[in-house]
Amino acid sequence: MLTNRRKDAWIAAVLVAPFLAIYLLVFVYPTIQMVMTSFTDAPLIGDGAFVGTENYERLPSDPRFRTAAWNTAYFVALTVIPGTIVALAIALGVSRLAGRMQAAILALFFLPYILPVSVVYLIWDWVLNFQFGILMHLFDLLGIDRVPITKSRDWFMPAVAVVTIWWTSGFSILLFLAGLRSIPPEIYEAAELDNAGRWTTFRRITWPLLWPVTSLVFTISLISQLKIFDQVYLFSQGGRPNDNLVLVYYIFQRAFQQNQSGRAAAVAVVLFILVIVVSVLQFQLLRLAGGRK
Amino acid sequence: MSAQTLGRMNLGAGIISVLTLLAALIWAFPLYWGVISSLKPETEVVRPFIELWPDNLTFEHYIHALTATQIGRWYVNSIAVAVGVTVITIISSMLCGYALSQLRFPGRKLLWWLILASFMVPTQALIINHFVLVADLGLLNTWAGIMLPQLIHPVIIIVYKQFFDQVPQDFREAAVMDNAGEFRILFKVYLPMNWGVTTALSIVCFIWTWNAFLWPFLSVTRTEMMTITVGITQVSDAFGVYYARELAAAVLAGLPVALAYLIFQRKVTEAITLSAGIKG
Repeated sequence: MLTNRRKDAWIAAVLVAPFLAIYLLVFVYPTIQMVMTSFTDAPLIGDGAFVGTENYERLPSDPRFRTAAWNTAYFVALTVIPGTIVALAIALGVSRLAGRMQAAILALFFLPYILPVSVVYLIWDWVLNFQFGILMHLFDLLGIDRVPITKSRDWFMPAVAVVTIWWTSGFSILLFLAGLRSIPPEIYEAAELDNAGRWTTFRRITWPLLWPVTSLVFTISLISQLKIFDQVYLFSQGGRPNDNLVLVYYIFQRAFQQNQSGRAAAVAVVLFILVIVVSVLQFQLLRLAGGRK
Repeated sequence: MSAQTLGRMNLGAGIISVLTLLAALIWAFPLYWGVISSLKPETEVVRPFIELWPDNLTFEHYIHALTATQIGRWYVNSIAVAVGVTVITIISSMLCGYALSQLRFPGRKLLWWLILASFMVPTQALIINHFVLVADLGLLNTWAGIMLPQLIHPVIIIVYKQFFDQVPQDFREAAVMDNAGEFRILFKVYLPMNWGVTTALSIVCFIWTWNAFLWPFLSVTRTEMMTITVGITQVSDAFGVYYARELAAAVLAGLPVALAYLIFQRKVTEAITLSAGIKG
């Protein structure tokens, strides 16, 4: 028995080794390095001198960091709750359809999510094109003045938010549909017998039973929008990147364009902690919700 | 319920279905518009009015993209990286998931917590140190360099563990009686019983890697080493201000993953729901 145990441990070590090696190399080691870099004035490649907490102390008065923090919060506000509502509405609509019709309609909503961000960017850049974009033709028809959307300070974030909701909703719709399917149909039949209207049924049955999925969708999108970079970067090309900074964009700009890894790493640490705090809160909330049942 | 209210309910349901259908068509319209624009001659694309179907349908932009640009090379890069990441991730995750599910060993709990905790790690925050690491290893501008930081999807381990947990213990005991080693049990019993989830996870892992932008964008500076998702946005002089050409390139970049989804629709949606922690 004892030799068996020991044999098990050896085999387990061999099985776990590839994953553990990758984990240590691409998660643990860079995380430690990130924290250490944030206390130095290091360039992108090469060592720097220890500067204590200076990189952190500079953040509150760094106008670019303030833009990045503000824009990230603004972007989160523009996407997370509206995106969750849009996805829920679509999922409710799709769930009423059946068979092939449902599969086809779901595919139309889901397709954007499967595409690379650069394809999404090129399609929407064309739709929003100031000279020839189809949206501008629509503006003309409706008598609205044309706007160079991706180059305008006011329109940029809302436009990227709309594109992001369009791109990522497929994922949330899928989760909502799985949640809706797990509600037993008998409950709806009972509600129908009680002559409950559509709205009452939704408010009293669907919404509360769907709550665990809703909070999951909400936090998954909150965390992924905190980490936003790709779309903002792509739509800023040839535009006004300094007005459109978000946290990851700031890290990229400081480290890769201004060669100041120390200062960039401080923001990376801030982002890291922010994401962990949100994740832990979400975990606790789910546990509370689970305990209440 | 009276016939009248029943009729009203049906009417309401009908309206909702029609609205859903309309919304789906509007939702998918930008995709249609991108594809159809790529099939128009450059002179039609810039006409000052909306044309839902081209006067002269043409594939010239696709021929141009495939013959006169580096897209072919980018395709090769993307395929190599996506296949490499998928194979390594799936195998390492499967082995680890099996150990967690079937073996008792010291540190098992700790490993499990490490995997759960890694869900929270924002890889975007690690780009600086990933870059330094890959540069130190001399792997910038190589397939291996693009692959390295993408080799982890902790969720795949968790899904594997759940599926291995569900395999009845009788199978394992019978195999142990036959003196089969752990590797044999894994590859002859557990893996064949879980081919479905393995293909589903492989497809989405391929799609995730194909679609990755930030890291491939940072780790490659030489145009011939770019993946297609980076190349089509960074080398615009290859296309100039030819809108239709740019869109043809976009369609080519999106086509493999779109096809993978349309062909394996159920597998893809299953794996994505599983990866969010919901049992499909």
